[in-house]
Amino acid sequence: MSAIDAPNPYQAQSRSSAVEAAATFPNYLNATGGWKSWLFTGDHKRIAILYIITTTIAFLFGGLAAALVRLELLTPQGDLMSGDGYNKAFSAHGIIMVFMFLVPVVPAVLGNFLVPLMIGAKDLAFPKINLMSWYLYMIGTFFGLYAIIAGGVDTGWTFYTPFSTTTNTNVISAAVGVFIIGFSSIFTGFNFIVTVHKMRAPGLTWFRLPLFIWSMYATSLIMILGTPVIGITVLMVAVERLLHLGVFDPAFGGDPLLFQHLFWFYSHPAVYIMILPGFGIISEVIPAFARRNIFGYSFIAMSSLAIAMVGFFVWGHHLFVSGQSAYAGMVFSALSFVIGVPTAIKVFNWTATLYKGSISFETPMLFALFFIGLFLIGGLTGLFLAAMGLDIHLHDTYFVVAHFHYVMVGGMMLAYLAGIHYWWPKISGRMYPEFLGKLSALIVFVGFHITFFPQFVMGYMGMPRQYHEYVAEFQVYHVLSTAGASVLGVGFLMPVVYLTYSWFYGPRVNSNPFKATGLEWQTSSPPPTTNFVEIPVVTVGPYEYADFEENELVHAR
Amino acid sequence: MNPQVPSDFDIFPVQASTVAPSVDMFYLFMVGISTFFTIAIPLAIIYFAVKYRRRPGNDKARRVETSTVLEITWTVIPFFIVMGMFFWGSRVYFLHGAEDPNALEILTTGKKWMWKFQHKNGRREINDLHIPVNTPIRLKMASEDVLHSMFVPAFRQKQDVMPGRYTYLNFEATRPGVYHLFCNQYCGTQHSNMIGKVVVMEPGDYQKWLGGFTGDPPEKVGEQLFSSLACNTCHAGDSGARGPVLNGIVGTKVALQGGNIITVDDNYLRESILQPEAKVVAGYQPIMPSFSGVVTQDQVNALIAYIKTLPAGQATGVASAPAPTAAGEAAATATNAETTGSEAVTPAPAVRQDVAPEPENNDAATTAGEAAGSETSAGAAQTTAGEQQGVQ
Repeated sequence: MSAIDAPNPYQAQSRSSAVEAAATFPNYLNATGGWKSWLFTGDHKRIAILYIITTTIAFLFGGLAAALVRLELLTPQGDLMSGDGYNKAFSAHGIIMVFMFLVPVVPAVLGNFLVPLMIGAKDLAFPKINLMSWYLYMIGTFFGLYAIIAGGVDTGWTFYTPFSTTTNTNVISAAVGVFIIGFSSIFTGFNFIVTVHKMRAPGLTWFRLPLFIWSMYATSLIMILGTPVIGITVLMVAVERLLHLGVFDPAFGGDPLLFQHLFWFYSHPAVYIMILPGFGIISEVIPAFARRNIFGYSFIAMSSLAIAMVGFFVWGHHLFVSGQSAYAGMVFSALSFVIGVPTAIKVFNWTATLYKGSISFETPMLFALFFIGLFLIGGLTGLFLAAMGLDIHLHDTYFVVAHFHYVMVGGMMLAYLAGIHYWWPKISGRMYPEFLGKLSALIVFVGFHITFFPQFVMGYMGMPRQYHEYVAEFQVYHVLSTAGASVLGVGFLMPVVYLTYSWFYGPRVNSNPFKATGLEWQTSSPPPTTNFVEIPVVTVGPYEYADFEENELVHAR
Repeated sequence: MNPQVPSDFDIFPVQASTVAPSVDMFYLFMVGISTFFTIAIPLAIIYFAVKYRRRPGNDKARRVETSTVLEITWTVIPFFIVMGMFFWGSRVYFLHGAEDPNALEILTTGKKWMWKFQHKNGRREINDLHIPVNTPIRLKMASEDVLHSMFVPAFRQKQDVMPGRYTYLNFEATRPGVYHLFCNQYCGTQHSNMIGKVVVMEPGDYQKWLGGFTGDPPEKVGEQLFSSLACNTCHAGDSGARGPVLNGIVGTKVALQGGNIITVDDNYLRESILQPEAKVVAGYQPIMPSFSGVVTQDQVNALIAYIKTLPAGQATGVASAPAPTAAGEAAATATNAETTGSEAVTPAPAVRQDVAPEPENNDAATTAGEAAGSETSAGAAQTTAGEQQGVQ
């Protein structure tokens, strides 16, 4: 095949006759049939598909709760829901989005699908444990959703004590859900670490690994080191409720600050569980559409590890106004600033990767570039909150809400959408509709800013978060925010609809529609059950686009 | 009166405390830096995206070497920028936290879902807080149930309020007016209704506002409680009592069983009332019953206020002992006393001598203001007088 010669070569290629032949080739989707072949599968790719379905359902539930919250906040009075109803709605939104969607989604969907493919392995190291982690996710999610539907939980996703040990809502089943989902995370992380260590293709040295693998590896480290702490912490909340053991509630002789320390010891690293995989996706997408090697490969790889490690020592920045000592606060503040540096390094490197590229703007690239735009604001506003003097004013206001949505939604969701579109041809064997993809990227970007930017202003003005009713002067910002949320909702629903359509009716693609260099593109789309007909041998780094265009298959020789 | 609020579409809250301008200044600096990067990086992206877009003449993949110099540059420069932010941010923080021994203390209790305040002379109010302008204020806060948080945006001040111990919020209002007061830590059904107003008044108006009140100040209530709860049977103040002498004990260091030394403060007194077995003074038996559930938060506040007024001990010779005793020596005395049971009362005052006078004199001298300056030798007894004068 020749080098790129058309402005948009992918659509043209997808119609070639060679591609039609590939479609009938046996692959992981048509290898076996029947529901049992899915529910008892050991194939990492099928498990990824199970996760796509379940996490998308979780996302829709979480989004529904968000819609209720935003509608209620349209007016200062509590006219849509009662105080308790509102509290349950935002708790449902937080618990579902954090534990059932953001934490698992990229590792479980894209990580599961891509880790073995990217390192040239036939599967993960422990396929049955992989399947079990999906079942654990399902059981945990069942408990969580049961808690939410059967009466609700009103603690927020943070379960702060002693509120959570005294409220009469379904805290115990939600806590059990979080505990079980935690094991799903631990198993996934453990599986990835073993796989990356032991199952790399011949020639695939650590510094030839794609950056997505580096970021999944760093994420897995956090998952196995941090998750046990949240598990045992929420379990202690449940035990305290049941048996009145004094752990966190001062009424029984416990200490509420202890809960906050333990909770954030996991939950701050957990935000890196959510965002690091996103960094990995962006590091794959940008070189592919800029047609050049990534700038600062080893700096990006090492910055992921640095974030994973330093990320464990910044949790105290959530406790600046909780009664933590001022000097402990200073240490946490300094480290929180330090962790901004590796993050900045990544942004600079992605930007520099565009330099001297040959850039095209398909949907994944648009999402990736919009990601930088949103994540930049999310990251910079994090510095505001790391500063003790400013956090006193901003703590638990809408400024914080805006900040973490810029990181979690603007950052993580856009990265996920970039990744889903980028690897969609590999996952489904079909192309997504390009125009709709670009349109949804634009709608999400615009809707996102309208929704969350006013919240920064409102937060500095003093609007506290988790307020069911509010004083009238904040209404103008809330109206903007709710209006933006409806735009954002459309932007998120579009991919759900057109990707579902594409799954059944999209045009078929060849093995490498984007002409990317990763090993995952060296096998057919969709891949066969064992991933590769012949295990590839790796001879160069992951982003050698110039070499690739010269002789097509740089890895397999 | 309605809270002073900015117009419909303002982006800055009112500045009404001494720290507000420095917080806003730092905020503007942060906004400036962020705006720079938020514009510069997307501009670079757009520039590259246009200049290097795929088009005839630029349709080949390239290899571009990584520049280590560039990598180090954009590691080191951001590092120094964020460290600058760290130092400035911490400086602003310590302005917030600055305690003024002179501060007017107001007892604050958060409960689902209201704020209760009690002023020095005993006057109470709910959800509204009246304070004098240009006067350092110290809210001594505790919660009766779950976590709450005291937040006054116009003051740029906030502090969580906890059920386990006292926390403090220090500030000085600079502009008379009415400002929002929010509960900022989620606390359940009516969290968003746990709001109120801070009314900042001219000092004269504040005194007038206080003046109408004829009830008992907290320490008076505490005195009655001290006898009605029979605290005085053990903490009677004579040697040989079953509990430590409380006279003048606040601010001193006492030796605990197990050898630790603790400074007696609000939190230790509170804990000793509610969980007396937690930290027992050396030489005493853990025989005191818990008053948890027996006394309310208001009553704990009252008891502590009363204990603070107790004159420093008779027969311990505070006034006569100038006591430049080294702290180590005093501690040693205390440790010795552990072995001798009933004599244990003596080391506590001995320790007190070298530790206590400083804060207490400070308190007395500054609170009393222009009142007779020669009170230093009289010690803690004058503190009470000073405090009361200060309020009038």
